[in-house]
Amino acid sequence: MKMFSQASGRRSGRAVGAAVAAIALSTALAACGSVGGESSDGGDGGSDAGSIVFLPKQLNNPYTDVVLGGGEDGAAETGMSASVLGPLEASASAQVPFIEQATQEQASVIVIAANDPDAVGPSLQAARDAGAKIVAFDSDTNPDYRDLFVSQVEAKDVALVQLEMISEQIGGSGDVAILSATATATNQNEWIKFMEEEIDSNPDYSGINIVTKVYGDDDADKSFKEAQGLLQSYPDLKGIISPTTVGIAAAAKYLSTSEYKGKVALTGLGLPNEMREFVKDGTVTEFALWDPAQLGYVAAFAGKALADGDITGAEGDTFEAGDLGEREVGADGIVIVGPPTKFNADNIDDYDF
Amino acid sequence: MTDTATRRQSPLPQGAPTRPSALRRAARRPDTMLFLVLVGVVIAASAVIVNFATTVTLGFLLVGIVPVLLLAMPMTLIIVTGEIDLSVASTAGLTSAVMGVLWRDTDLGIWTIIVCCLLVGALCGAFNGLLITGLGVSSLAVTIGTLALFRGLALVVIGDQKVSDFPADLTRLATQRIGDTGIPVVMLGVAVVVAVFAVVLHQTSFGRTLYALGFSPEAARFVGVRVGAAKFWLFVVSGAVSGLVGVYWTLRFASAGPDNATGLELSVIAAVLLGGVSIFGGRGTVFGVVTGVLLIGTVTYALRLARVDETTLPIVTGVLLVLSVVTPSALGWAREKRRLSRLTTSSPAAPAAG
Repeated sequence: MKMFSQASGRRSGRAVGAAVAAIALSTALAACGSVGGESSDGGDGGSDAGSIVFLPKQLNNPYTDVVLGGGEDGAAETGMSASVLGPLEASASAQVPFIEQATQEQASVIVIAANDPDAVGPSLQAARDAGAKIVAFDSDTNPDYRDLFVSQVEAKDVALVQLEMISEQIGGSGDVAILSATATATNQNEWIKFMEEEIDSNPDYSGINIVTKVYGDDDADKSFKEAQGLLQSYPDLKGIISPTTVGIAAAAKYLSTSEYKGKVALTGLGLPNEMREFVKDGTVTEFALWDPAQLGYVAAFAGKALADGDITGAEGDTFEAGDLGEREVGADGIVIVGPPTKFNADNIDDYDF
Repeated sequence: MTDTATRRQSPLPQGAPTRPSALRRAARRPDTMLFLVLVGVVIAASAVIVNFATTVTLGFLLVGIVPVLLLAMPMTLIIVTGEIDLSVASTAGLTSAVMGVLWRDTDLGIWTIIVCCLLVGALCGAFNGLLITGLGVSSLAVTIGTLALFRGLALVVIGDQKVSDFPADLTRLATQRIGDTGIPVVMLGVAVVVAVFAVVLHQTSFGRTLYALGFSPEAARFVGVRVGAAKFWLFVVSGAVSGLVGVYWTLRFASAGPDNATGLELSVIAAVLLGGVSIFGGRGTVFGVVTGVLLIGTVTYALRLARVDETTLPIVTGVLLVLSVVTPSALGWAREKRRLSRLTTSSPAAPAAG
């Protein structure tokens, strides 16, 4: 009798435990489920225009947040319902489950910045088979797996805009120096090469003389010292071009506290948030960078045009990208967002990145 | 507590179906409870999450858990003996790197390369096994070392390169479904592997040896178990299965690289422990582990589909794991307390209570 009651007590104890666990889990799921239900209701509501899923390299990255902000603005203007899915770490295979999820939710467009051009291939193929259009942005996938690649800028445009700015700021002629990242940095070297070619071939820039190239290794301290060294070695220097955000900020920091402030021009590629104080105190007149928000914005319009069947991603296709106007698909299905944006005292407060 | 103690004395897998009360005992086993939780989760998710109850889910979910499920099999056996292997994911990464380089730089056929990869995995395991059994170093220390070592070797082998042009037939096969069922073709192979491990652990004398080892290595040695040999071969098998996972990972993502499967060892160990295997050895079943892998996979998949924020997902899986470890102890503690109070109330030596 006693044995029995004890045994049944034990069993009921376990059953209660199991029941509690099951209830806790299903309540949690139900709570989340209703959220999921709502969001997909929202998707159904916007099903006329379709849905667009943005899949960045990783979440919680300040640069990515700006890109995605532009993407959501663009999606809103096209009428598509937008959502963001993505991993917390930027590893090759981490994006795959999210592509699968977008496939399952029958997204009309997947906009992806690929962590690995090939690892996402098979799952993107599955998404295409299910009817999704694939737009790569920021970082391309293997071209076999996407309809379009929206690229920030063309290397040559980046070079030319910097040359244009320095020429304006030094009055068309004089000695300039380049403060770059590392000696082997692919992007920077390509831009510098384009600048040198342009100086040699374009009579507008014939008065500009690049006296030296120094490398701050994208290290703030080393870049600061290199900037200091440049002005000691070249007393006649009229301007510095720094095609790297670390370099230009370090050089600006040095110039702003030196006797050369406002006398030696400094331009290049910089982040508005880092350069704001130097523009306001007169150290820097104007610098440039692409606006990451435009990347997401154009990608959203490209996705919409693909989903509507207006374009197929073939070379020569054109589509309207909202406020930014018409964009044309180039060779290999690449769309260029546009020339870099120039930042100066008039517009720098409009940007936050 | 008493319940656990009696169970631990038996090197047999729990609930061997020989007793008359087998059914009742089975219903009370922790892995049965876990299975019921899994069923509950599936039912709840199907009811409330849009798009969950589809064959698409089945396919993506199963393809997603293949690596963890495969690695969990040898890991179960190793943890049952009271050891651990932290190097499985790095071994898979090294295998992936070797596969990439062999495919890119040699004329070997893909099947020859796959066999080489399994051998590389087995060699990694043998290296672990030798250090552990030969030198008597703890498996935790050895495999923490080889976790870094094998990952480092992967970088030496392939550098920061990626190789991706594997035969399309094979990469397609890696995610192909059986007809319209949504079940991936590779699940057939995985099922065979799981069955082999289940039989070895639960139906052979070797399997019983492993429980004995985990329960008491001294006693096992005393009754004539060749402790060293058993452990050595376990690590070799673990390495070979890791190699297989490296091959599968490479084909599934059509990408061989040094960082493949990084960090996977913790997912594997988490699933094994959730499946009811004692980290101290001597207790656990293949059925429980398979359930644990499925439960973590399903909950993660369901929560993602329900658009739960990615940052809260690890919290959910973490809480699940802690609960699974704490619940049996808490229940045991409550039972013990109830038993004691019953003893004191029924005991004539406690009249002060009345």
